[in-house]
Order: sequence, then structure tokens, then C-alpha cells
Amino acid sequence: MSGILDIDHLTVTLAGEDRPKPVLSDVSMSIAEGEAVGLVGESGSGKSMTVRSIIRLLPPGARMEGNIRVRGVDLGTLRGAALRKMRAEMPVIFQDPRAHINPVRSVGDFLTEALRIHRRMSRAAAEDRAADVLDEVGVSEARRRLRQYPHELSGGLLQRVMIASALLAEPRLLLADEPTTALDVTTQAEVMAVMDELRRERGLAMLFITHDLELAAAICDRTAVMYAGRVMEVRASASLLERPLHPYTAALATARPSIERKVDRLTTIPGRPLSAFEAPDGCAFNTRCAHVRESCREQRPELRTLLDGQVACVRVEELQAVSHD
Amino acid sequence: MTAYLIRRAIMLMVTLLVSSFVVFTGLSIAPGNPLATLAGGRSLPPESIQVLVERYNLDEPFFIRYAMWLGNAVQGDLGLSITLRQDVSDLIASRAGTTIALIIYATVIVLVVGVAFGLLAALRPGLVDSLVVIATAVVVAVPPFVAAIALIGIFAVGLGWFPALGGGSGFWDGIRHLTLPAFALAAAAAATVARVTRTSVRRQLHLEHVQTAVSRGIPYATVVRRHALRNAAIPISTLAGMTVASMIALSAVVERAFGLNGLGAYLVSAALSKDFAVVQGISLVLVTAFVLVNTLVDVGATMLDPRFQLGRRS
Repeated sequence: MSGILDIDHLTVTLAGEDRPKPVLSDVSMSIAEGEAVGLVGESGSGKSMTVRSIIRLLPPGARMEGNIRVRGVDLGTLRGAALRKMRAEMPVIFQDPRAHINPVRSVGDFLTEALRIHRRMSRAAAEDRAADVLDEVGVSEARRRLRQYPHELSGGLLQRVMIASALLAEPRLLLADEPTTALDVTTQAEVMAVMDELRRERGLAMLFITHDLELAAAICDRTAVMYAGRVMEVRASASLLERPLHPYTAALATARPSIERKVDRLTTIPGRPLSAFEAPDGCAFNTRCAHVRESCREQRPELRTLLDGQVACVRVEELQAVSHD
Repeated sequence: MTAYLIRRAIMLMVTLLVSSFVVFTGLSIAPGNPLATLAGGRSLPPESIQVLVERYNLDEPFFIRYAMWLGNAVQGDLGLSITLRQDVSDLIASRAGTTIALIIYATVIVLVVGVAFGLLAALRPGLVDSLVVIATAVVVAVPPFVAAIALIGIFAVGLGWFPALGGGSGFWDGIRHLTLPAFALAAAAAATVARVTRTSVRRQLHLEHVQTAVSRGIPYATVVRRHALRNAAIPISTLAGMTVASMIALSAVVERAFGLNGLGAYLVSAALSKDFAVVQGISLVLVTAFVLVNTLVDVGATMLDPRFQLGRRS
């Protein structure tokens, strides 16, 4: 089956100071048309690198193995105009709109630039479209906003502008790289709601990156959990949150605060998150896992299909059996 | 915006006032007695001395002399040349054209050559970049008079492509005559602009907003022009403005070296013949031009950055 996005054994190595530094190690996942997939992990787990690999915006000197196909087209083979066309059809909603929108150009310019270049629209026509979409994402006085500069808008408004610019590309697939992390909590909820609604209305597929397991579960059909540049578990969001299979997912789930439970201290996962280049032999999580066995240190567990998804842990069945007793 | 422009205008006035005072004072305390120059080495009868003292107000107190000089200067009257007995304003006006043409020519070279090489280096890391970095490092260190000698040696004497001396007549001949002087004047400045262009364009290329543009499938040339270069234009124009202003002073050396009949060359010869009225007049004009160019460029560079309007409120 070929989805809108298929990532197949993706391994990315950055040029390090003394030796190459792996950031992604054998990542595979796919997204079907209209499906939202969450990608959850701690800082340095390789979430953003996955997005950057998809739009081929890796730092210079990066090496990429494996392949990424968008609607069956292998991105690695694309050059020049074909690559630009593909990029234009997969807009990224970046984390920090303040940094990701040119500060010396107007909001209108940011929104219409791609339309005028890719579709050869006139300025007036492009501005009409931009104003309509700004309206849809809940930006008031859209016409006036087009004349304003990024510094004149609040972070929430600016992120809506970013979402509008993504929607203006009329994509089939959205790439959202922690779109609400830089916003305050109330704005986060509003922006998330707008994005989710417009995505469902248009039936867009989305790769949604976040470090918030619950947020991913709330808006995505499936959720993938990453650790040290690897995918540990991919499953339907609801069951992933309720019955995590991988010990790492389970640890993440228990570490989250809850309004129902009253605790003095939040549960934490012992140790610190590892990046791909620090990952030990065998399972990347073996230095922090409560259920570690000798076999976990010897061989890297493959992603295996289990229940409603896939998981990369050799002891899943054992642990599940124990927890059900 | 209006408040800012008014503030800048007031600052400009104050700067001009202070610099005019410095120009006037500087020459008043310089060694040499104007009377002796006027007399040309002869001993004059007291009546003649009296006439000269009155004509140049030499018996008035210092501040009164300054005030009178400034008052006249503001109306365009810079007094009489001591050696030529002509209006200093007329003498300046007849030579200003050459200097203005030279500086405009050099400015065009600084901007075109400087930005082109800077951009080339920013976009082509590796060999091209290293060559530009090394070449500009050498050229930055070459003062205009050395550049003048080198250019005359190679292009005027060696290859014979351009004349070595004089201003020429007519437009195209004038351009031909000004080419070597303009390059001599522009060389170091162009190298500085190239280096700043290289660094600021490269800095912009690494910024997130440029990645956004690339990720939206905008062609690279457009990204460079509309985002990297556009944003880098703010530091580039500030620096270019400063170097152009400094060329106003350096033009004296270049005009001298190429035998051009401009303001700078005249300043040097007037200073040598102790024609203090001319020296004061030219100095005032050059300082005014310097301050004006600096202010204009500063305001222009600020206008390039829309974020600046925040400063209005704070």
C-alpha cells in the first residue's frame, strides 16, 4: 500500500566535528491520504530532522539513506523545479513564526510570494486569496494585516499567518513542526483548534510533531513515539495513550501530570534523553528501561506489527502478560 | 516617523554647527600669520595693513569673527581668496563638479563591485569564497594614493588604456579620465563592502526565515534576492554610506595624484599657499557634504527596516 507519505528505512547522518553524527536511524513510517500522524519524542529524538529530511532541508554535509516517497514519487530523485514543486505542495508550519517569517517583508508579501511565483497570480488576485484564508484561520481585519509587518502581530496571530500560508499552497499533506510550542497556553489551544478544524474540513493528511503525547493523541489518528532517532512504537492514538506497549511510551505516559491524581512530585524517567549519536548498542532505551534484559543490549529490536500498530521491543508480550495478571 | 526625521534634522544642525566651529578654530590656531601671507613676504605700510585687517576682520574678537564668517557662509558667501582675490564660493563652485562626478563614479563602483563580489563569495563557499576573502583583505589595506600609483603604472603607463592625468573635456572623455581616479578611490571601500556583504548575506542565508522561503519552493535566486540580500541591505547600506562619506575626504589625495582640478586638489594647494579663506571654505563644504551624506544614508538604512518604527513608540 502506498500512502501520501512513505518513509522507508531513513537514516540521516550529519557532518560532526570529528566524526559523522547520526540523528535518525532506520526510521520507517507512512501516512495515508487524509490521515493525521503524531510524532512524539523528547528534544533531540529526531522529530524535526524527520521533517527536514522530507522537505530536503538538511544542513550541509548531511547524508541521507533510505527513501522518502510522496504519493509514490521518490523525493531523493527530484532536482530543481520538480523538487521546488514538491516542496510547495508540502508546506511546513514551523515552530517559531517570529523567526520563520522574514521580519522586513510585510505579512501580505509572505502570504502571496509563493502564489505569485508558483501560480503566476497577479498581486491583487493573490492578496484576495490571502485575505480569504486569513479570515478562515481567524485573523480579523485581514486586509489591514496584509499591510502590516510581522513585528506588529502577536505570536498567536503570526502562527495563524503561518498556517494560512501553508493552506494557501492547497496542499494534500501538512508538516507541522511543533506549531504551538512557542505560544502561550491559551493561544496554543486556539491555534490548535483552528488548525485541526481546517485540516479536517479539507481532508488533509498531516505529520504533526510535538513533545506532548496527549496533544498528539487528541488530534492525530495515529501516534509514533521516537527515541534517540528511532521509532519505538506507532499505534492508534487512543490505544497508545491508554495501553502503551513499549516501556518508553509507558514511562512517558506515567510521567505526564493529571488533574485526577494528586501527587507531590511528578514521576520522571530516570536518566536523561539520549540523542541518536549517543545511543547504546541494542535497544536505544536500554540505559533507562526498568525492564531491561541482557538481550536488549545485544540486538536492536525491529519494529514488529502487534495489535493495532507496531512496536520495537523484544519483551512486549512478556510485559503485557505480567501487567494483565 | 516625522518625529524621528525632525530629531535627525536637529542633530544634523548641531553637528554642522560644531564642525563649522572646529573648521574655523582649527585654522585660527594653525601656525602662520595671515597678514604675513597677505603681504607675501614684503613689509607693508601701516595703511595697507589697516585695509587688510578690516577686509578680513582681523581686529575683531575670535567669536565675533566666527559669527560673521558663519553668518556669511550660510548665505553662500565664503569670503575672498587671498591669493586669487576672487569669491571663494565661485572658486569652489567651478571645481565642485569634478569632485562630485568623481565621488558618484566611485560610489557606483563601490556598490556594484562590492556587492557583486560579496554576494559571489557568500553563495560560493570554497575556492571562490577564499579568493574573494584573500583579495579583499589585500585591497582593504591599500590606501588610495598607493592604488593611484599602481593603477597609473598598469593601466595608464603600461597598457595605455586610460589617461594618467587631467580631467578631459566632454562627457565621455570626462568619464574616461575619471575612471582610474574613481577606481583608486573606490578600491578599499569596495573591498570593505564586499566583506560585509559576504558576512551579512551568509548570516541571512542561515536564518530560519530563509529556510521557510526555501521550504515553500521559492527558487533559490529569488530567495537570495528577496530575502537574504534584501535583509542584508540594511548593514550593507549603512557601511556603504560611511565609506562614501569618507571618500569625500580621500578625494583630495586622488585628485592630487591624477592632476584633477577638483575641490580636494584645490584644498591642498590652498593650504600650501596659506590661503586660509579658501581652506576654511572648502573644509566647510567637505564637512557639510560628509555630515549630509552620513545622515541621509543613516535615515535611508533605517527606512529599510520596518521594525524601526517600534522605536517611535518606545
